[in-house]
Amino acid sequence: MLDLRDLYQEVIIDHNRNPRNCRAMDDATSHAEGFNPLCGDRLTLYLKIQNDIVKDASFKGNGCAISTASASLMTESVIGKTLAEAKLLFQNFHDMLLKDDKTAEQKLGKLSVLAGVKAYPARVKCATLAWHTLNAAIEKKHETVSTE
Amino acid sequence: MKTLTPPFDLLAIRKDFPILHQKIHEKLLIYFDNAATTQKPLSVIEAIEHYYSHDNSNVHRGIHTLSERATIQFEEARGKVQHFINAHSRNECIFVRGTTEGINLVAQSFVRPRIQPGEIILVTEMEHHSNIVPWQIICRQTGALLRAIPINDQGEIEIETFKKMLVPEVKFLAITHVSNALGTINPIKEIIKIAKDHGVDVLVDGAQATGHLRVDVQDLGCDFYAFSGHKMYAPTGIGVLYGKAELLDMMAPYQGGGEMITQVTFAKTEYAPIPQKFEAGTPNISGAIALGAAIDYLLKLEIEKIHEYENQLLEYATEEINKVKGIILVGTAKEKSAIISFNLAGVHAHDVGTILNNEGIAIRSGHHCAMPVMERFGVAATARASLAFYNTKEEIDRFIEVLKTVEEVFI
Repeated sequence: MLDLRDLYQEVIIDHNRNPRNCRAMDDATSHAEGFNPLCGDRLTLYLKIQNDIVKDASFKGNGCAISTASASLMTESVIGKTLAEAKLLFQNFHDMLLKDDKTAEQKLGKLSVLAGVKAYPARVKCATLAWHTLNAAIEKKHETVSTE
Repeated sequence: MKTLTPPFDLLAIRKDFPILHQKIHEKLLIYFDNAATTQKPLSVIEAIEHYYSHDNSNVHRGIHTLSERATIQFEEARGKVQHFINAHSRNECIFVRGTTEGINLVAQSFVRPRIQPGEIILVTEMEHHSNIVPWQIICRQTGALLRAIPINDQGEIEIETFKKMLVPEVKFLAITHVSNALGTINPIKEIIKIAKDHGVDVLVDGAQATGHLRVDVQDLGCDFYAFSGHKMYAPTGIGVLYGKAELLDMMAPYQGGGEMITQVTFAKTEYAPIPQKFEAGTPNISGAIALGAAIDYLLKLEIEKIHEYENQLLEYATEEINKVKGIILVGTAKEKSAIISFNLAGVHAHDVGTILNNEGIAIRSGHHCAMPVMERFGVAATARASLAFYNTKEEIDRFIEVLKTVEEVFI
């Protein structure tokens, strides 16, 4: 039997209960909308980028524990990173969940708490929504990002 | 302890549904997603197997024995449908892929050629996307307008507002019999009467009704009634559009092709009479025959008894779920089908769904293809338990027990 604690780890529960950087950002240099049509989850991601460095990141939205915790952990992890580093994190996160890539998982540090989502294929999109939205904000795409 | 009194042999019925006897995550499956699709009894599964093992052929074409057999069984199934919904004639029962196709057929073949720019198509706030989007397409094509009849906080249609909305420009009403997201059973007969008194034609989306309630299209007085086989214990890919013969007769075909013609030259084509006019191409023959088998099964159980027992399940489940801390019910109409839409305070419906699934319990979480309903109630999603006559009190008890543990995971 799958142990729910592998999915809902303490860190995830904590970030769901008290999401970090969960606010709108007035002086954002870029923002993007993410949408998961399957469950109706919506998320707005804000970035303040200066000299190709993510000075600040925040999000607002309504989602499940996995998508909220993932967005919270993501904003924490990209603040201070260069855009190239942030994109690499996205790639590793994506590969951890969709390709079961252990090397990618090891490079993710704290973000690897979300590795348990792999065992719940229907929930992978919940975990990746924030990351696809981050990618869109970096690329400055204006249409809503959909996980479908 | 409260006991339920099924008016039939529940154990025997459960034996008819092989899929129910399996384990999910080492727990006995509890299937509470019947509003999404229902499970199939052996008699339905065997009807498909028998057809493909013995009688498979094309209908209305060959003069050989297999084709005759297939045609007879296909048309017998149509007769069963006619009897099941009490249509005046079997020709009024058109086989389609499902409710969605039935609605699109009416939208394109009946409403589109008749409606004028500025005229109004009415739907309700509780419609499934499949009874919204086809009308939006018509509105874009014709310049007609779409208006939604509001619902109250219990999830019931505001009849008085509906009456006020019936201005002369209103030409068509498309309304669900039972709401898939809220469980509300609409007072459809009364609503149809009001609409017809104003000269408004009516389509009823019966996807969530047939299989749970007695449906008599002549008594209801609707012009069209669409439903899906798979939500009433038959396979996916087969459904029925009922339409009054005088309307179907004057409508143009929905699709062109084989089967729906009497004579074709490059100069001119004569269409077949109904129902063939609307059944272009080789139909879902095994699906129709299996739908007939599902109807036989339901009639043997008796729809009234099914309704009575599902009401017992609903009453008991509602009583018990209300004892769960933090429960918020979405849809509390007086007249309800056995559909319970809910949220747990502070927990997203998807997380509820995952935790229940981990214990072998299948429910749906999400917007249930009814985003306007979610918006109306100010929620992003709900969890939904939808029950059927093969469900038991013990299953409800187990469901409630697991629901009570959700809080422990998140708090």
